[in-house]
Amino acid sequence: MTQEIIIAGFGGQGVLSMGKLLAYSGLMDNKEVTWFPSYGPEQRGGTANVTVVISDKKISSPILDAYDIVVALNQQSLDKFTPKVKPGGILIYDKNGVNNKPTRSDIRIFPLDAIEATMQLGNSKAYNMVVLGALLQAMSYKIPIENVSKGLEKSLPERYHHLIPLNLEAIKKGEELIL
Amino acid sequence: MDGEVSLLKGNEAVAIAAVRYGCDAYFGYPITPQSEVIETLSALQPWETTGMVVLQAESEVAAINMVYGGAATGKAVMTSSSSPGISLKQEGISYIAACMLPALILNVMRGGPGLGTIQPSQADYFQATKGGGHGDYHLIVLAPSSVQEMVDFVTLGFDLSFKYRTPAMILADGIVGQMMEKVVLPPQKPRRTDEEVRKECPWAANGREGLRKRNIVTSLEMDPARMEVNNHKLQEIYREIEANEQRSEEIGTEDADYLIVAFGSVARICEKAREIGLQQGKKIGIIRPITLWPFPKKAVENAAKGKKGVLVVELNAGQMIEDVRLAVHDNLPVEHFGRLGGIIPSPGEILDALNEKLS
Amino acid sequence: MEINNIIKDSNKVYSAPRLLDEVDMHYCPGCSHGVVHKLIAEVLDEMGLTEKTVGISPVGCAVFAYNYIDIDWIEAAHGRAPAIATAVKRLWPEDIVFTYQGDGDMAAIGTAETIHAANRGENIVMIFVNNAIYGMTGGQMAPTTLLGQKTSTTPFGRRVDLNGHPLEITELMKLLDGTCYVTRQSVHTAAAARKTKAALKKAFQNSIDKKGTSVVEIVSTCNAGWKMSPQKANEWMVENMFPKYPPGDLKDI
Repeated sequence: MTQEIIIAGFGGQGVLSMGKLLAYSGLMDNKEVTWFPSYGPEQRGGTANVTVVISDKKISSPILDAYDIVVALNQQSLDKFTPKVKPGGILIYDKNGVNNKPTRSDIRIFPLDAIEATMQLGNSKAYNMVVLGALLQAMSYKIPIENVSKGLEKSLPERYHHLIPLNLEAIKKGEELIL
Repeated sequence: MDGEVSLLKGNEAVAIAAVRYGCDAYFGYPITPQSEVIETLSALQPWETTGMVVLQAESEVAAINMVYGGAATGKAVMTSSSSPGISLKQEGISYIAACMLPALILNVMRGGPGLGTIQPSQADYFQATKGGGHGDYHLIVLAPSSVQEMVDFVTLGFDLSFKYRTPAMILADGIVGQMMEKVVLPPQKPRRTDEEVRKECPWAANGREGLRKRNIVTSLEMDPARMEVNNHKLQEIYREIEANEQRSEEIGTEDADYLIVAFGSVARICEKAREIGLQQGKKIGIIRPITLWPFPKKAVENAAKGKKGVLVVELNAGQMIEDVRLAVHDNLPVEHFGRLGGIIPSPGEILDALNEKLS
Repeated sequence: MEINNIIKDSNKVYSAPRLLDEVDMHYCPGCSHGVVHKLIAEVLDEMGLTEKTVGISPVGCAVFAYNYIDIDWIEAAHGRAPAIATAVKRLWPEDIVFTYQGDGDMAAIGTAETIHAANRGENIVMIFVNNAIYGMTGGQMAPTTLLGQKTSTTPFGRRVDLNGHPLEITELMKLLDGTCYVTRQSVHTAAAARKTKAALKKAFQNSIDKKGTSVVEIVSTCNAGWKMSPQKANEWMVENMFPKYPPGDLKDI
């Protein structure tokens, strides 16, 4: 099992921390993991993306031509990475603000209304956890939720540990978006 | 804490590994993409636990001279920076090498020349392996390709540096520095006591305890004949390092038609290119020099034997390729593929380059 | 009086400092460095600091200080002595660490290291020999060269419009919160040398007491560089250097 994933969106959407939690969850599931961000000025509001590879075996490249799963959270990212989904792979995108929808027929496409779902939770900061829930649900490799929970413990500073139940709730909400 | 598994950025991992090694001091000045090293050390507050000194200096120049001072007293000291900052440190590095002092220097390379970019690069290969500062000297240069190696090379770098009394450099790039991976951290080692330092480093200048003969750490010698002797002493050590410390890793070189030579994170991108190539029936082997100095000449020469061609892939305009050509004696085509200024090639691009240049 | 009586220990009024090696110094006759070396050697010995002192020698005429005073030494790159001293002191907090710096080291190429080490209040002693000229390289302008003073790079005299003002680095050091003792002395007379010795003692004691950075400037002559006899150089120093760099304590807390 190897899952090569890229998550892309605006800086500030929580792309990097979503990737981080995904990597931590894989680590808690005893997998090899690599997390590689685009870094630099992007962090300050431009586009941001992060590659996460989870595998049973030693991981080679953090730089990839094609991905098993692409998560695109804005139009730019969708345009850039849709062609990079491997045939038979998965594309998850946020419908909000997207005018040009992806048309590929050789991949599975999951449009999300993650903002609406986040609003229902009443906490706008949970947006990236909702998206992560959808991603975890769409992946063929399943990470048990207790390992995601352990991942949250590891990736969040202790002062935010009281927010773990809220995060798990958001992840569950996201899972429900994938049918 | 033995065998503790963590998910860490390369830069964070170096900081933790330094504390666990029992490093006595870190002196540095922030610069992207490696500021996490000093930030992590500052958050760890090792002065409260192991007694390690962590000091943000007023400049890279001051930092490397603090390293020089600390090393001259026999302590295990280090600094880190990125390309422009490493350029500033070159004077101090030359002094450290000339005085035969152990020290560890981390360079998380970014695109140059000049202020350049903050994205990954390998364009400081020449600077690291061919001198950098003035005079005839070498550093032991280690090129990590994973976060685990960032951890492991702190120990290896310090150990080799003390063994040969030659400064060691970990030559990483922005990818390894910024990437997070699963790592196994070594257990905490105690720092050497002052008594142990005095015993292990009888040459060190830390006070004439017991009224021993005075120690002078200097690189100055007005008599050229004696200066030549000093130089020969250094060269002797370098020959010994070349004979004993060449390190490399090979992947599928034995039954391959083509050979890729790449170091650091780029070697891992090439691994992916190799996997894709295999699916297309192209047999590619990879040799990854781990020590860039001493360059693993013999291993590269052997790995290239019987191949149709060699592709050297680097994040520069063609630097390590010179050492590869010397190693294979121009017995077969040796081509270069590089991206510059902070651009990272994808596995597909590398495979295309191999097909175009060598088929 | 018999010769044996004269050389009795009880009659001894002076002996060579034990820490000063019996070798010929490379300094020019009349140069202040020799006297300053002697005072340092005496003070370290008298204070019992021989076994725990590390000196940092500069680039400049005093580069070979390590050949004369019998303690451990580290030879610095030009201007970097305070950075080196910082590391030594931090790693060996019980050691006594001093830098020996000329005007170029202290106030030109090493200004950043000098000011920042003092501003951090490193528990070190900075001994600053100010002779207003670059002696070792053949008499070029120093940051402390006086206006009108002739050097090989100001052959018609230092001019503000061409060369800027003489830099009062010691006055700057006084302003820093990290310094505990900033003094300016000289060694051109026996009385002045005695005062300098007392200043050095106080500076090293401050280091033992962990009070911060002590700076001892010694206004000095470079008769070779100034192209004067030793005696004339002393007179010139008093007449011209002292008005700009007046001896005395600038700070003592």
